[in-house]
Amino acid sequence: MDTAPTTPREATDVLRAEAVSVGETLGPVTIHIDRARLVQYAGASLDHNRIHWDERFAKGVGLPDVIAHGMFTMGAAVTVVTDWAGDAGRVLDYGVRFTKPVVVSYDEGADLEVSGVVKTLDADTRRATVELTAMAAGQKVLGRALAVVQLD
Amino acid sequence: MPVNSEFQGRSYPPTAPYGVSAAKIREFAEAVGATDPVHVDADLARSRGYSDVIAPPTFAVLIAQQCDAQLVADPEAGIDYSRVVHGEQKFAHHRPLTAGDAVVGTLHVDTVREAGGHAMVTTRTELATVDGEPLCTAMSTIVIRGGE
Repeated sequence: MDTAPTTPREATDVLRAEAVSVGETLGPVTIHIDRARLVQYAGASLDHNRIHWDERFAKGVGLPDVIAHGMFTMGAAVTVVTDWAGDAGRVLDYGVRFTKPVVVSYDEGADLEVSGVVKTLDADTRRATVELTAMAAGQKVLGRALAVVQLD
Repeated sequence: MPVNSEFQGRSYPPTAPYGVSAAKIREFAEAVGATDPVHVDADLARSRGYSDVIAPPTFAVLIAQQCDAQLVADPEAGIDYSRVVHGEQKFAHHRPLTAGDAVVGTLHVDTVREAGGHAMVTTRTELATVDGEPLCTAMSTIVIRGGE
């Protein structure tokens, strides 16, 4: 895996609402994407669209090169939130807009830089809303990327 | 318009059950770089209160896109898949998808509209267990690029 190393969490490590404040930042984490990674995601997700792994096909339909699955980017980006929260099952709502494609060249691949900020925190429900920013080649590739997390 | 607007408001019958397996959860988690052991360690998952390993938050797309295929592959809808771009995706989880779940999806075509020469279709897939327990609402907006 090309993701930043993370320490495995134990059951007791779920983040408590008291430990969180609005404006707190998450990351940044850099996730490297290469063609092999996209083939791996295609198989895992059952999304076999050729634009994600076949350069000739992608260019033939007017794309600059192979592009990452939007759903790969969405799924990789939220790991920043789940690692922070301490349990991947705590994400209640998660939504994004796909604003720019992540172009994955044969030689260099692509680097996805993901960071987050706590936008709201509800002390009663112990829910936090995290806004994610995902950048590739200097462009924002996700818009309105919001995850609602149930804290302890 | 590159899509049949009469499809707005249409719903499809529930799909055949999809069996969520620990193996597919592990494969998906590895593919997106999700390192939380709750995806692979059933004992740890149980210690957190789950019945078995749970799926990452975006795993539901795997089932939802199978449901969407009913619309995309419907000749009457008139959607050219080579012109489809994913515009937006949202998930509202009732509980995490868990190994052992048998999941049915019910596809609803919420809106079909045109903007700037492109068509935009928003679908909503309600995922539930075969026993009717709600699991996840997955909303997807696809953009069908207009002809040149």
